[in-house]
Amino acid sequence: MELSVQHLLGIKYITEDDIQLIFETADHFKEVINRPIKKVPSLRDITIANLFFENSTRTRLSFELAEKRLSADVVNFSAASSSVKKGETLIDTVNNILSMKVDMVVMRHPNPGAGVFLSKHIDASIVNAGDGAHEHPTQALLDCYSIRERLGDVAGKKVVIVGDILHSRVALSNIFALQKLGAEVKVCGPKTLIPKHIDKIGVEVELDLKKALEWCDVANMLRVQNERMDSSYFPSTREYVQQYGVNKKLLDSLSKEITVMHPGPINRGVEITSDVADSKQAIILDQVQNGVAVRMAVLYLLASKIERNEN
Amino acid sequence: MLKTLQHLPMSQKVLLNATEMHIALHRLACQLIENHDTFSETVLIGIQPRGIYLAERLKKLLEEEYEIDNVQLGYLDITFYRDDFRRSVKPLEANKTNINFVVEDKKVVFIDDVLYTGRSIRSALTAIQSFGRPLEIELLTLIDRRFSRHLPIQPDYRGRQVDAIGEEKVKVCWKENDGEDAVYLVKK
Repeated sequence: MELSVQHLLGIKYITEDDIQLIFETADHFKEVINRPIKKVPSLRDITIANLFFENSTRTRLSFELAEKRLSADVVNFSAASSSVKKGETLIDTVNNILSMKVDMVVMRHPNPGAGVFLSKHIDASIVNAGDGAHEHPTQALLDCYSIRERLGDVAGKKVVIVGDILHSRVALSNIFALQKLGAEVKVCGPKTLIPKHIDKIGVEVELDLKKALEWCDVANMLRVQNERMDSSYFPSTREYVQQYGVNKKLLDSLSKEITVMHPGPINRGVEITSDVADSKQAIILDQVQNGVAVRMAVLYLLASKIERNEN
Repeated sequence: MLKTLQHLPMSQKVLLNATEMHIALHRLACQLIENHDTFSETVLIGIQPRGIYLAERLKKLLEEEYEIDNVQLGYLDITFYRDDFRRSVKPLEANKTNINFVVEDKKVVFIDDVLYTGRSIRSALTAIQSFGRPLEIELLTLIDRRFSRHLPIQPDYRGRQVDAIGEEKVKVCWKENDGEDAVYLVKK
């Protein structure tokens, strides 16, 4: 078995078989990262550039750890301290880095489609680590992997994504991944933060949080992305918390115990309260741990498709 | 003409039949006991994917026929340590590693069905280091294809030595997986 793609640009471009292969490979890497020595030599002849044109802590660290645990050589780049500020174009920046013999690129970029654009112009394998409000495929993979780990399977499960759907690349990638794996997906949030034609991709909208939680097996709570909001989408944070914040009391009032997820970083007290974030129902830290294993799987499987240069 | 040739069954020769295989397994078990006594400081490691059947058989023999209690057996997958990543045409598929005991300061016996180039064992030697530093490592193999080694690796225990040329393949069958106990030399 091998992946059907050369790049991981989005969940939209991969198949269910690809996702299952990534999960099976991630199972093996999960065992590896729990060993006394958490490192395998598979990618020792591969160099990976992490290009972050936008801030990130978790994703960047997670990718870097995954790369190092596969023994790849790693170079890091962040736009804030680079020639991008001097007006260099994306292709020029990347080609300069590639001329230093880099085999793979992990890229986060504020513009949707940046990864797809780049894949048409350069030879290296590209992993999209988030492009604007478009996709964040590895996050969706690790979310689904975590659901599979907690509930046994993704197929047939009911998942509600709550919060700022409009500005979220995590939401879109999650919707594609969950649907490909056979889960039912609803979104829940203030009308202003839900994209207008989301029903076109087979997703139902539920405006009432309690009803949504009563329906679901898993609630994926998204962060309110204040930095992407160019105008007011809801009257006040207080009002948002009252209508769309999850707290212990609300969870306890449900007829069954649901699993709570959050891609991080959490605004404690906004989308979820601290007692929920730290409870057994939340698998937030499992998601982070699985992130490394899933990213190792993605990098390993993509690297195995890179032609070997004998010179 | 070519077509008919392709449909001819591959010729195969029996190297070990079921009885011979059982005799070899008993001998290997006895040789292990000679060197490892009660197995209190020894652990068996079956190399994935095909070494695990032999490892399980030996564990069963040691426990049931020779009354040695609690022989520790683990499985080691070497996929991520192989030196032919991105070199082989076929993608490498990983198997399960399961070592739920400490190998630090233990005598480790690697168990694999066929020793051919020695590259798998080279990978296994690297892989086992991730679990600790064994006191010593030995190698047990049912079939030793001598004269085909790429590396200076030799077994400490062998069931049968075989002279096979490059195009020939040694096929080890196990009742629990392949329906019979036998070893064949297959000519392509």
